Amino acid sequence: MTEHAIDRGRAGRAAIDGRAAARRWSGLAWRQYRLERKMFWRNPSAAFFNFLLPLLFLGFFGALLHNRLRDLQVIVPGIAGMSVMSTTFNALAFNITALRELGILKRIRGTPLPTSAYLAGIAGNAVTNTVLQITIISVAGHVVFGLDWPNQLLSLAFFVALGVVCFASLGVALSHAIPNFDAAPAYVNAAFLPLIFISGVFYDSADAPRVIKDAAEALPLKHLIDGLSGAMVHGEGVGQHLVAALVLAIWGAAGLILAVRGFSWESRND
Amino acid sequence: MTAIEVRGLQKTYGEREAVRGIDFDVRRGEVFGLLGPNGAGKTTTVEILEGYRARSGGHVAVLGHDPAHRDPDLRARVGIVLQSSGIYQYLTVRESVAHWAGFYPAPREVDEVIGIVGLEDAGEQRANKLSGGQKRRLDLALALIGDPELVFLDEPTTGFDPAARRAAWDTIRSLRDLGKTVLLTTHYLDEAQALADRVAIIKDGRILAEGPPAALGAGSGRSLISYRTGDGPPRTHETDDPTALLHELTAAALARGERLEDLSVARPSLEEVYLELTAEASE
Repeated sequence: MTEHAIDRGRAGRAAIDGRAAARRWSGLAWRQYRLERKMFWRNPSAAFFNFLLPLLFLGFFGALLHNRLRDLQVIVPGIAGMSVMSTTFNALAFNITALRELGILKRIRGTPLPTSAYLAGIAGNAVTNTVLQITIISVAGHVVFGLDWPNQLLSLAFFVALGVVCFASLGVALSHAIPNFDAAPAYVNAAFLPLIFISGVFYDSADAPRVIKDAAEALPLKHLIDGLSGAMVHGEGVGQHLVAALVLAIWGAAGLILAVRGFSWESRND
Repeated sequence: MTAIEVRGLQKTYGEREAVRGIDFDVRRGEVFGLLGPNGAGKTTTVEILEGYRARSGGHVAVLGHDPAHRDPDLRARVGIVLQSSGIYQYLTVRESVAHWAGFYPAPREVDEVIGIVGLEDAGEQRANKLSGGQKRRLDLALALIGDPELVFLDEPTTGFDPAARRAAWDTIRSLRDLGKTVLLTTHYLDEAQALADRVAIIKDGRILAEGPPAALGAGSGRSLISYRTGDGPPRTHETDDPTALLHELTAAALARGERLEDLSVARPSLEEVYLELTAEASE
């Protein structure tokens, strides 16, 4: 056999090994994802706070504001933005803290399950909730509240995806700062509640006082809601919200760096 | 064959030296006990061997691998029972064990493993409904499902009631029967004595003695001679030469016309060696 043939043989085998490894990886990530889904629905408080609460808000404000189309056009994308945040930021900050403090992360670390496949399963679970909620909110917006269908689907998908990456990594980053599971609700709500109030979830942020407006401009949620509102209500594409996309990308990049650098597989109290 | 090789292992946390240069070997198929009081460096040592912590110095090999490299092949051959257990609260025992089975290239049967750890009757129970002892059994099941060659057990019976401890001991003995190598840490002497083929006594990050539990007592070369005279309190003498001392004591007693009641000559038990060693080290 010539050297070339041997090299080709090696390359071929490596490609087959690579494909088998990729299949195994995606199989493991899929199993983990399925397990996370199963556990999500078995945990009543997670299901409530991550899933039902934004929908309750939607029902409540929708009932309050029915027939006031202009207000509904503010509240529906506002609640969509809040859902992106609660299904990723809140959920992952809680989850990663709980998994770390319970010792589940450490136990998983001792098995041959690839870290990336494990985290993909967890992230996939959060993203599924985001997609389900955005779908429910869009459908309810049209069917119940009489808004038009979101007419910029590509832009909607773009901003949901960007919001997921941004808030998911910020949520994981926040989990590093949470010292124990009992403290998690305080830390998460200290970020979540002020952010949803200043970012125009419940009112048009243009009507807010100057200080609040400036704070909201610097933070990511207001920009996510701008992008979603453009896509869902005003028929605006990504091109009209480049600043919003840029701010989300910057927060997302910062969040990713902090999420990866501070990651701890075990409780610091051990 | 050596399953674990440790040479000159050191670990420092800032200023604190948790492990100060220890050496030991664990042979394949044996149960090796790392025995010592709390804070002796047992868990640090085991967590370095498990790949959770980086060592500060020395050499270790686990099944021929350096655990610090976190090689997936090595992790597939090792089962780990940690001191504090993290279990998915909303999964049943069977669901957890079946999910863990998927991590490994050649797992054992789910029901067989549930049987080995004695959880047959709790297979459909969710983890948040299990008792403390049952949770430890599930820990062990999750460590065994991958059919590991080597099992780490970090204080497997701490907090157990006596009956649960006996049951856990039977399970650990059954691991040896399955041909597993076991590295066990414990601060219970009787546990080391009951389970381990060989024991290393560790204190303040150093190994003070190593050997089979029986030989550790006998190996000290000392004997204890105990007796009472008349209504007096029991007395014990320690000696390197029991023949001579016994002759002296009996001769003196005969000369006085007394009997030595409850006369016995004994090797110190592992417990006595342990207490003596750990007391000396803390002086």
